[in-house]
Amino acid sequence: MLVERLSDDQGLIDLGGIRKSVSLALVPEAVVGDYVIVHVGHAIGLLDPEEAQHTLAIFAELERSTDNADAAVARGRLVPAP
Amino acid sequence: MKYIDEFRDGALARQIAARIAVEADPSRAYHFMEFCGGHTHAIARYGIPDLLPPNLRLIHGPGCPVCVLPIGRIDLAIRLALEQGVILCTYGDTMRVPASQQLSLLKAKARGADIRMVYSAADALELARQQPEREVVFFAIGFETTTPPTALVLHDASRTGVRNFSVLCCHVLTPSAITHILESPEVRQFGTVPIDGFIGPAHVSIVIGSAPYEHFAQEYRKPVVIAGFEPLDVLQGIAMLVRQVNEGRAEVENEFTRAVSREGNLTAQALVSKVFELRPSFEWRGLGEVPYSALKIRPAYAEFDAERRFGLGYRSVPDNKACECGAILRGVKQPSDCKIFGTVCTPENPIGSCMVSSEGACAAHYTYGRFRSIPIVAAEAVELSA
Repeated sequence: MLVERLSDDQGLIDLGGIRKSVSLALVPEAVVGDYVIVHVGHAIGLLDPEEAQHTLAIFAELERSTDNADAAVARGRLVPAP
Repeated sequence: MKYIDEFRDGALARQIAARIAVEADPSRAYHFMEFCGGHTHAIARYGIPDLLPPNLRLIHGPGCPVCVLPIGRIDLAIRLALEQGVILCTYGDTMRVPASQQLSLLKAKARGADIRMVYSAADALELARQQPEREVVFFAIGFETTTPPTALVLHDASRTGVRNFSVLCCHVLTPSAITHILESPEVRQFGTVPIDGFIGPAHVSIVIGSAPYEHFAQEYRKPVVIAGFEPLDVLQGIAMLVRQVNEGRAEVENEFTRAVSREGNLTAQALVSKVFELRPSFEWRGLGEVPYSALKIRPAYAEFDAERRFGLGYRSVPDNKACECGAILRGVKQPSDCKIFGTVCTPENPIGSCMVSSEGACAAHYTYGRFRSIPIVAAEAVELSA
Protein backbone atom coordinates (compact mmCIF):
# COMPACT_ATOMS: atom_id res chain seq x y z
CA MET A 1 0.00 0.00 0.00
CA LEU A 2 1.26 3.46 -0.87
CA VAL A 3 1.66 5.42 2.37
CA GLU A 4 3.52 8.51 1.23
CA ARG A 5 4.54 10.27 -1.96
CA LEU A 6 8.19 11.23 -1.50
CA SER A 7 8.72 13.16 -4.73
CA ASP A 8 7.40 13.35 -8.26
CA ASP A 9 8.14 9.76 -9.04
CA GLN A 10 9.09 8.11 -5.73
CA GLY A 11 6.77 6.77 -3.08
CA LEU A 12 6.95 4.91 0.21
CA ILE A 13 5.04 1.63 0.33
CA ASP A 14 4.12 -0.58 3.25
CA LEU A 15 4.45 -4.33 2.62
CA GLY A 16 2.88 -5.95 5.66
CA GLY A 17 4.90 -3.71 7.98
CA ILE A 18 8.03 -3.37 5.87
CA ARG A 19 8.49 0.05 4.33
CA LYS A 20 10.31 0.53 1.08
CA SER A 21 10.63 3.35 -1.40
CA VAL A 22 9.67 2.49 -4.96
CA SER A 23 9.40 4.34 -8.24
CA LEU A 24 5.93 5.60 -9.16
CA ALA A 25 7.01 6.86 -12.60
CA LEU A 26 4.94 4.17 -14.33
CA VAL A 27 1.78 4.87 -12.30
CA PRO A 28 1.60 8.66 -12.12
CA GLU A 29 -2.06 8.41 -11.12
CA ALA A 30 -1.29 6.61 -7.82
CA VAL A 31 -2.39 8.38 -4.64
CA VAL A 32 -1.75 7.63 -0.96
CA GLY A 33 -3.89 4.69 0.14
CA ASP A 34 -3.74 2.91 -3.23
CA TYR A 35 -2.54 -0.66 -3.44
CA VAL A 36 0.24 -0.90 -6.02
CA ILE A 37 1.83 -3.94 -7.65
CA VAL A 38 5.60 -3.70 -7.42
CA HIS A 39 8.08 -5.33 -9.78
CA VAL A 40 11.85 -4.73 -9.57
CA GLY A 41 11.45 -1.57 -7.52
CA HIS A 42 8.78 -0.02 -9.71
CA ALA A 43 5.04 0.12 -9.21
CA ILE A 44 3.73 -1.27 -12.51
CA GLY A 45 0.02 -1.12 -11.82
CA LEU A 46 -2.72 -0.37 -9.34
CA LEU A 47 -4.93 -2.89 -7.63
CA ASP A 48 -8.66 -2.29 -8.03
CA PRO A 49 -10.27 -3.05 -4.63
CA GLU A 50 -13.74 -3.39 -6.18
CA GLU A 51 -12.57 -5.98 -8.68
CA ALA A 52 -10.69 -7.82 -5.90
CA GLN A 53 -13.94 -7.96 -3.89
CA HIS A 54 -15.78 -9.15 -6.95
CA THR A 55 -13.33 -12.05 -7.44
CA LEU A 56 -13.49 -12.93 -3.74
CA ALA A 57 -17.30 -12.87 -3.98
CA ILE A 58 -17.13 -15.48 -6.76
CA PHE A 59 -15.04 -17.69 -4.48
CA ALA A 60 -17.43 -17.12 -1.58
CA GLU A 61 -20.37 -18.18 -3.73
CA LEU A 62 -18.50 -21.35 -4.49
CA GLU A 63 -18.06 -22.03 -0.79
CA ARG A 64 -21.83 -21.92 -0.34
CA SER A 65 -22.45 -24.49 -3.01
CA THR A 66 -20.50 -27.36 -1.54
CA ASP A 67 -22.66 -29.86 -3.44
CA ASN A 68 -20.04 -29.90 -6.17
CA ALA A 69 -17.31 -31.04 -3.83
CA ASP A 70 -19.48 -33.72 -2.31
CA ALA A 71 -20.45 -34.96 -5.74
CA ALA A 72 -16.82 -35.23 -6.83
CA VAL A 73 -15.85 -37.08 -3.69
CA ALA A 74 -18.77 -39.45 -4.17
CA ARG A 75 -17.56 -40.21 -7.69
CA GLY A 76 -14.13 -41.01 -6.32
CA ARG A 77 -12.39 -38.39 -8.36
CA LEU A 78 -11.21 -36.27 -5.49
CA VAL A 79 -9.75 -37.24 -2.17
CA PRO A 80 -11.68 -35.42 0.56
CA ALA A 81 -9.75 -32.82 2.52
CA PRO A 82 -8.42 -34.11 5.82
CA MET B 1 -1.16 -9.16 3.90
CA LYS B 2 -4.31 -7.68 2.41
CA TYR B 3 -5.19 -8.94 -1.10
CA ILE B 4 -2.69 -11.78 -0.67
CA ASP B 5 -3.87 -14.01 2.19
CA GLU B 6 -7.47 -14.14 0.92
CA PHE B 7 -6.21 -15.63 -2.32
CA ARG B 8 -4.32 -18.46 -0.56
CA ASP B 9 -7.22 -20.02 1.36
CA GLY B 10 -6.73 -23.80 1.38
CA ALA B 11 -10.38 -24.74 1.95
CA LEU B 12 -11.52 -22.57 -0.94
CA ALA B 13 -8.76 -24.01 -3.12
CA ARG B 14 -10.19 -27.50 -2.57
CA GLN B 15 -13.64 -26.24 -3.50
CA ILE B 16 -12.43 -24.79 -6.78
CA ALA B 17 -10.52 -28.02 -7.41
CA ALA B 18 -13.70 -29.99 -6.73
CA ARG B 19 -15.55 -27.94 -9.30
CA ILE B 20 -12.80 -28.54 -11.83
CA ALA B 21 -13.08 -32.28 -11.15
CA VAL B 22 -16.84 -32.13 -11.70
CA GLU B 23 -16.63 -30.13 -14.90
CA ALA B 24 -13.65 -31.84 -16.50
CA ASP B 25 -14.85 -34.46 -18.94
CA PRO B 26 -13.22 -37.79 -17.95
CA SER B 27 -13.35 -38.99 -21.57
CA ARG B 28 -10.85 -36.39 -22.78
CA ALA B 29 -7.48 -34.93 -21.80
CA TYR B 30 -6.80 -31.28 -20.99
CA HIS B 31 -3.35 -29.79 -21.58
CA PHE B 32 -2.90 -26.23 -20.43
CA MET B 33 0.32 -24.30 -20.72
CA GLU B 34 1.16 -21.74 -18.08
CA PHE B 35 3.43 -19.43 -19.97
CA CYS B 36 4.77 -17.43 -17.07
CA GLY B 37 7.47 -18.48 -14.62
CA GLY B 38 5.57 -16.86 -11.76
CA HIS B 39 2.76 -19.36 -12.36
CA THR B 40 5.20 -22.27 -12.69
CA HIS B 41 6.56 -21.37 -9.26
CA ALA B 42 3.11 -20.95 -7.69
CA ILE B 43 1.87 -24.24 -9.15
CA ALA B 44 4.82 -26.15 -7.67
CA ARG B 45 4.87 -24.30 -4.38
CA TYR B 46 1.19 -24.79 -3.60
CA GLY B 47 1.00 -28.35 -4.90
CA ILE B 48 -1.70 -27.49 -7.44
CA PRO B 49 -1.14 -30.58 -9.66
CA ASP B 50 -2.18 -32.77 -6.71
CA LEU B 51 -5.56 -31.02 -6.62
CA LEU B 52 -6.31 -31.62 -10.28
CA PRO B 53 -7.96 -34.60 -11.96
CA PRO B 54 -5.50 -37.01 -13.63
CA ASN B 55 -6.63 -36.13 -17.16
CA LEU B 56 -5.69 -32.46 -16.68
CA ARG B 57 -2.02 -31.69 -17.16
CA LEU B 58 -0.19 -28.41 -16.77
CA ILE B 59 2.69 -27.77 -19.14
CA HIS B 60 5.36 -25.32 -18.08
CA GLY B 61 6.04 -22.80 -20.82
CA PRO B 62 9.08 -20.65 -21.58
CA GLY B 63 8.04 -17.69 -19.44
CA CYS B 64 10.94 -17.71 -17.02
CA PRO B 65 13.14 -14.81 -18.14
CA VAL B 66 16.38 -16.38 -16.95
CA CYS B 67 15.62 -19.75 -18.54
CA VAL B 68 15.21 -18.37 -22.05
CA LEU B 69 18.39 -16.30 -21.96
CA PRO B 70 20.81 -17.98 -24.39
CA ILE B 71 24.43 -18.69 -23.48
CA GLY B 72 25.66 -16.21 -26.12
CA ARG B 73 23.99 -13.25 -24.40
CA ILE B 74 25.56 -14.09 -21.04
CA ASP B 75 28.92 -14.50 -22.79
CA LEU B 76 28.53 -10.89 -24.02
CA ALA B 77 27.96 -9.68 -20.47
CA ILE B 78 30.92 -11.69 -19.14
CA ARG B 79 33.16 -10.35 -21.91
CA LEU B 80 32.17 -6.78 -21.07
CA ALA B 81 33.04 -7.31 -17.43
CA LEU B 82 36.25 -9.31 -17.90
CA GLU B 83 37.73 -7.73 -21.03
CA GLN B 84 36.38 -4.19 -21.04
CA GLY B 85 36.60 -3.68 -17.29
CA VAL B 86 33.10 -2.24 -16.93
CA ILE B 87 30.97 -2.42 -13.81
CA LEU B 88 28.27 -4.86 -14.89
CA CYS B 89 24.99 -4.54 -12.98
CA THR B 90 22.44 -7.30 -13.14
CA TYR B 91 19.38 -8.78 -11.45
CA GLY B 92 20.37 -11.47 -8.95
CA ASP B 93 18.93 -14.45 -10.78
CA THR B 94 21.17 -14.09 -13.83
CA MET B 95 24.29 -14.57 -11.70
CA ARG B 96 24.38 -18.36 -11.82
CA VAL B 97 23.19 -18.96 -15.38
CA PRO B 98 25.72 -21.29 -17.04
CA ALA B 99 27.70 -19.69 -19.90
CA SER B 100 30.60 -20.76 -22.16
CA GLN B 101 33.82 -22.24 -20.80
CA GLN B 102 32.03 -23.31 -17.62
CA LEU B 103 31.70 -19.68 -16.64
CA SER B 104 28.80 -17.79 -15.15
CA LEU B 105 28.59 -14.18 -14.02
CA LEU B 106 29.26 -15.40 -10.49
CA LYS B 107 32.39 -17.28 -11.55
CA ALA B 108 33.53 -14.29 -13.62
CA LYS B 109 33.12 -12.21 -10.49
CA ALA B 110 35.35 -14.66 -8.63
CA ARG B 111 37.94 -14.10 -11.37
CA GLY B 112 37.96 -10.43 -10.57
CA ALA B 113 35.23 -9.01 -12.80
CA ASP B 114 33.31 -6.13 -11.24
CA ILE B 115 29.79 -7.55 -11.33
CA ARG B 116 27.13 -6.19 -9.02
CA MET B 117 23.69 -7.45 -8.18
CA VAL B 118 21.06 -4.72 -8.24
CA TYR B 119 17.43 -4.72 -7.15
CA SER B 120 16.33 -2.26 -9.79
CA ALA B 121 17.62 -0.69 -13.01
CA ALA B 122 17.52 2.64 -11.20
CA ASP B 123 20.24 1.37 -8.82
CA ALA B 124 22.55 0.78 -11.80
CA LEU B 125 22.04 4.33 -13.08
CA GLU B 126 22.65 5.69 -9.60
CA LEU B 127 25.95 3.76 -9.46
CA ALA B 128 26.99 5.34 -12.77
CA ARG B 129 26.29 8.78 -11.32
CA GLN B 130 28.38 7.99 -8.24
CA GLN B 131 31.33 6.66 -10.27
CA PRO B 132 31.65 8.90 -13.33
CA GLU B 133 35.18 7.59 -14.01
CA ARG B 134 33.89 4.03 -14.60
CA GLU B 135 31.76 2.58 -17.41
CA VAL B 136 28.58 1.09 -15.93
CA VAL B 137 26.53 -1.39 -17.97
CA PHE B 138 23.11 -2.66 -16.95
CA PHE B 139 22.46 -6.21 -18.17
CA ALA B 140 18.73 -5.90 -18.85
CA ILE B 141 16.73 -9.10 -19.10
CA GLY B 142 13.09 -10.04 -18.78
CA PHE B 143 9.67 -9.82 -20.32
CA GLU B 144 7.27 -6.86 -20.55
CA THR B 145 7.35 -6.38 -16.77
CA THR B 146 11.02 -5.47 -16.49
CA THR B 147 11.12 -3.56 -19.78
CA PRO B 148 9.41 -0.33 -18.61
CA PRO B 149 11.91 0.16 -15.72
CA THR B 150 14.77 -0.25 -18.22
CA ALA B 151 13.10 2.26 -20.57
CA LEU B 152 12.80 4.61 -17.63
CA VAL B 153 16.54 4.55 -16.82
CA LEU B 154 17.50 4.95 -20.48
CA HIS B 155 15.19 7.93 -20.77
CA ASP B 156 16.53 9.33 -17.50
CA ALA B 157 20.19 8.83 -18.46
CA SER B 158 19.58 10.60 -21.76
CA ARG B 159 17.65 13.46 -20.14
CA THR B 160 20.28 14.09 -17.46
CA GLY B 161 23.29 13.41 -19.70
CA VAL B 162 24.90 10.52 -17.85
CA ARG B 163 27.79 9.68 -20.20
CA ASN B 164 29.21 6.53 -18.58
CA PHE B 165 26.03 4.43 -18.55
CA SER B 166 24.72 1.93 -21.08
CA VAL B 167 22.35 -1.03 -21.30
CA LEU B 168 22.90 -4.50 -22.74
CA CYS B 169 19.31 -5.05 -23.82
CA CYS B 170 17.93 -8.63 -23.80
CA HIS B 171 14.25 -7.83 -23.31
CA VAL B 172 11.86 -10.31 -24.90
CA LEU B 173 8.16 -10.35 -25.79
CA THR B 174 5.50 -12.74 -24.55
CA PRO B 175 2.95 -12.86 -27.40
CA SER B 176 5.54 -13.68 -30.09
CA ALA B 177 6.98 -16.51 -27.99
CA ILE B 178 3.53 -18.07 -27.50
CA THR B 179 2.89 -17.85 -31.23
CA HIS B 180 6.27 -19.39 -31.93
CA ILE B 181 5.53 -22.37 -29.72
CA LEU B 182 2.41 -23.07 -31.73
CA GLU B 183 3.85 -22.74 -35.22
CA SER B 184 7.65 -23.08 -35.11
CA PRO B 185 9.36 -25.24 -37.73
CA GLU B 186 11.46 -26.91 -34.99
CA VAL B 187 8.34 -28.66 -33.80
CA ARG B 188 9.53 -31.55 -35.98
CA GLN B 189 12.80 -31.77 -34.09
CA PHE B 190 11.37 -31.48 -30.61
CA GLY B 191 8.01 -33.07 -31.23
CA THR B 192 4.95 -31.28 -30.10
CA VAL B 193 2.47 -31.32 -27.30
CA PRO B 194 -1.21 -30.74 -27.79
CA ILE B 195 -2.07 -27.52 -25.99
CA ASP B 196 -5.76 -26.87 -25.30
CA GLY B 197 -5.32 -23.46 -23.73
CA PHE B 198 -3.04 -21.01 -22.02
CA ILE B 199 -2.92 -19.51 -18.56
CA GLY B 200 -1.97 -15.94 -19.43
CA PRO B 201 0.70 -14.17 -17.40
CA ALA B 202 -0.20 -11.93 -14.45
CA HIS B 203 2.35 -9.14 -14.22
CA VAL B 204 3.13 -9.08 -17.94
CA SER B 205 -0.58 -8.53 -18.61
CA ILE B 206 -0.74 -5.65 -16.11
CA VAL B 207 1.63 -3.86 -18.49
CA ILE B 208 0.43 -5.00 -21.93
CA GLY B 209 -3.25 -5.58 -21.09
CA SER B 210 -5.41 -8.45 -22.28
CA ALA B 211 -5.91 -7.17 -25.85
CA PRO B 212 -2.63 -8.55 -27.33
CA TYR B 213 -3.86 -12.11 -26.75
CA GLU B 214 -7.11 -11.62 -28.66
CA HIS B 215 -5.68 -12.00 -32.15
CA PHE B 216 -3.85 -15.05 -31.00
CA ALA B 217 -6.90 -16.73 -29.41
CA GLN B 218 -8.88 -16.21 -32.63
CA GLU B 219 -6.12 -17.12 -35.05
CA TYR B 220 -5.05 -20.33 -33.32
CA ARG B 221 -8.38 -21.19 -31.69
CA LYS B 222 -6.79 -21.49 -28.24
CA PRO B 223 -8.47 -20.12 -25.13
CA VAL B 224 -6.41 -17.80 -22.92
CA VAL B 225 -7.28 -17.02 -19.31
CA ILE B 226 -5.17 -14.36 -17.61
CA ALA B 227 -4.76 -15.34 -13.97
CA GLY B 228 -3.08 -13.85 -10.89
CA PHE B 229 -0.13 -15.48 -9.15
CA GLU B 230 -1.94 -16.68 -6.03
CA PRO B 231 -3.08 -20.30 -5.81
CA LEU B 232 -6.82 -19.48 -5.91
CA ASP B 233 -6.23 -17.35 -8.99
CA VAL B 234 -4.43 -20.19 -10.75
CA LEU B 235 -7.14 -22.72 -9.87
CA GLN B 236 -9.93 -20.37 -10.91
CA GLY B 237 -8.05 -19.73 -14.18
CA ILE B 238 -7.88 -23.48 -14.81
CA ALA B 239 -11.60 -23.83 -14.06
CA MET B 240 -12.35 -21.10 -16.62
CA LEU B 241 -10.16 -22.83 -19.21
CA VAL B 242 -11.90 -26.17 -18.65
CA ARG B 243 -15.24 -24.46 -19.20
CA GLN B 244 -14.06 -22.78 -22.42
CA VAL B 245 -12.75 -26.08 -23.78
CA ASN B 246 -15.96 -27.89 -22.88
CA GLU B 247 -18.06 -25.23 -24.57
CA GLY B 248 -15.79 -25.07 -27.62
CA ARG B 249 -14.91 -21.44 -27.03
CA ALA B 250 -11.50 -19.86 -27.69
CA GLU B 251 -11.61 -16.46 -26.04
CA VAL B 252 -9.45 -14.24 -23.90
CA GLU B 253 -10.86 -14.19 -20.39
CA ASN B 254 -9.49 -12.33 -17.43
CA GLU B 255 -9.49 -13.80 -13.93
CA PHE B 256 -7.06 -11.15 -12.67
CA THR B 257 -9.44 -8.21 -13.14
CA ARG B 258 -8.19 -6.59 -9.95
CA ALA B 259 -4.97 -5.64 -11.75
CA VAL B 260 -5.33 -6.30 -15.49
CA SER B 261 -7.37 -4.19 -17.89
CA ARG B 262 -7.91 -4.67 -21.60
CA GLU B 263 -5.54 -1.85 -22.56
CA GLY B 264 -2.87 -2.31 -19.85
CA ASN B 265 -0.57 0.35 -18.44
CA LEU B 266 -0.52 3.03 -21.15
CA THR B 267 2.12 5.16 -19.43
CA ALA B 268 4.52 2.20 -19.43
CA GLN B 269 3.67 1.25 -23.04
CA ALA B 270 4.30 4.81 -24.30
CA LEU B 271 7.67 4.92 -22.59
CA VAL B 272 8.69 1.52 -23.93
CA SER B 273 7.84 2.41 -27.51
CA LYS B 274 9.69 5.70 -27.21
CA VAL B 275 12.95 3.98 -26.20
CA PHE B 276 12.76 0.55 -27.83
CA GLU B 277 11.99 -0.93 -31.25
CA LEU B 278 11.51 -4.50 -32.45
CA ARG B 279 14.54 -6.68 -33.15
CA PRO B 280 14.14 -8.58 -36.44
CA SER B 281 15.25 -11.75 -34.67
CA PHE B 282 16.49 -12.89 -31.27
CA GLU B 283 17.78 -16.21 -30.01
CA TRP B 284 15.90 -17.83 -27.12
CA ARG B 285 17.35 -20.69 -25.18
CA GLY B 286 15.28 -23.71 -26.09
CA LEU B 287 13.34 -22.00 -28.90
CA GLY B 288 16.18 -20.89 -31.18
CA GLU B 289 15.90 -17.74 -33.29
CA VAL B 290 12.43 -16.24 -32.96
CA PRO B 291 11.51 -13.44 -35.39
CA TYR B 292 10.35 -10.13 -33.89
CA SER B 293 10.39 -11.55 -30.38
CA ALA B 294 12.66 -9.06 -28.65
CA LEU B 295 13.44 -5.38 -28.32
CA LYS B 296 16.48 -3.27 -29.09
CA ILE B 297 17.35 0.28 -28.18
CA ARG B 298 16.24 2.93 -30.71
CA PRO B 299 18.91 4.91 -32.61
CA ALA B 300 17.95 8.07 -30.67
CA TYR B 301 19.38 6.38 -27.58
CA ALA B 302 22.31 4.74 -29.41
CA GLU B 303 24.99 6.08 -27.09
CA PHE B 304 23.37 4.15 -24.23
CA ASP B 305 23.27 0.90 -26.16
CA ALA B 306 26.11 -1.29 -24.87
CA GLU B 307 26.07 -3.41 -28.05
CA ARG B 308 26.88 -0.33 -30.17
CA ARG B 309 29.09 1.37 -27.61
CA PHE B 310 31.42 -1.61 -27.19
CA GLY B 311 31.00 -3.05 -30.70
CA LEU B 312 29.65 -6.35 -29.40
CA GLY B 313 28.97 -9.08 -31.94
CA TYR B 314 26.60 -11.88 -30.98
CA ARG B 315 27.72 -15.49 -31.28
CA SER B 316 25.30 -18.33 -30.73
CA VAL B 317 26.52 -21.15 -28.44
CA PRO B 318 24.78 -24.51 -28.22
CA ASP B 319 23.53 -25.79 -24.86
CA ASN B 320 25.18 -28.64 -23.00
CA LYS B 321 24.32 -31.87 -24.87
CA ALA B 322 22.95 -33.65 -21.82
CA CYS B 323 20.60 -30.76 -21.07
CA GLU B 324 16.90 -31.14 -21.91
CA CYS B 325 16.01 -27.49 -21.27
CA GLY B 326 15.01 -27.01 -24.91
CA ALA B 327 12.38 -29.73 -24.79
CA ILE B 328 11.27 -28.77 -21.27
CA LEU B 329 10.78 -25.11 -22.26
CA ARG B 330 8.50 -26.28 -25.05
CA GLY B 331 6.57 -28.52 -22.72
CA VAL B 332 7.58 -31.63 -24.68
CA LYS B 333 9.46 -33.10 -21.72
CA GLN B 334 9.09 -32.79 -17.99
CA PRO B 335 11.99 -32.05 -15.64
CA SER B 336 12.07 -35.63 -14.37
CA ASP B 337 12.56 -36.87 -17.98
CA CYS B 338 16.02 -35.28 -18.05
CA LYS B 339 18.87 -37.68 -17.24
CA ILE B 340 20.86 -35.14 -15.27
CA PHE B 341 17.90 -33.69 -13.33
CA GLY B 342 18.63 -33.66 -9.59
CA THR B 343 21.90 -35.55 -9.99
CA VAL B 344 24.42 -33.56 -12.02
CA CYS B 345 22.10 -30.59 -12.40
CA THR B 346 20.83 -29.07 -9.15
CA PRO B 347 19.94 -25.54 -8.04
CA GLU B 348 23.36 -25.38 -6.31
CA ASN B 349 25.16 -26.37 -9.51
CA PRO B 350 22.84 -25.76 -12.47
CA ILE B 351 23.83 -27.14 -15.88
CA GLY B 352 20.72 -25.97 -17.67
CA SER B 353 18.99 -22.64 -17.30
CA CYS B 354 15.67 -24.16 -16.11
CA MET B 355 17.44 -25.10 -12.88
CA VAL B 356 18.70 -21.59 -12.18
CA SER B 357 15.82 -19.31 -11.30
CA SER B 358 13.16 -20.29 -8.78
CA GLU B 359 10.73 -19.69 -11.66
CA GLY B 360 12.39 -22.33 -13.82
CA ALA B 361 10.45 -25.55 -14.37
CA CYS B 362 13.32 -27.72 -13.11
CA ALA B 363 14.15 -25.61 -10.06
CA ALA B 364 10.47 -25.44 -9.08
CA HIS B 365 10.08 -29.20 -9.46
CA TYR B 366 13.35 -29.84 -7.58
CA THR B 367 12.36 -27.59 -4.68
CA TYR B 368 8.73 -28.56 -4.26
CA GLY B 369 7.94 -31.64 -6.28
CA ARG B 370 10.85 -34.02 -6.67
CA PHE B 371 9.49 -36.48 -4.12
CA ARG B 372 5.96 -36.37 -5.53
CA SER B 373 6.62 -39.24 -7.91
CA ILE B 374 7.66 -41.52 -5.06
CA PRO B 375 4.60 -43.38 -3.78
CA ILE B 376 3.90 -42.99 -0.09
CA VAL B 377 3.90 -46.37 1.68
CA ALA B 378 2.56 -46.61 5.17
CA ALA B 379 5.03 -48.16 7.63
CA GLU B 380 3.89 -51.45 9.05
CA ALA B 381 2.38 -51.12 12.44
CA VAL B 382 4.57 -52.63 15.08
CA GLU B 383 2.98 -53.79 18.23
CA LEU B 384 4.92 -52.75 21.22
CA SER B 385 4.73 -55.03 24.19
CA ALA B 386 5.44 -53.69 27.57
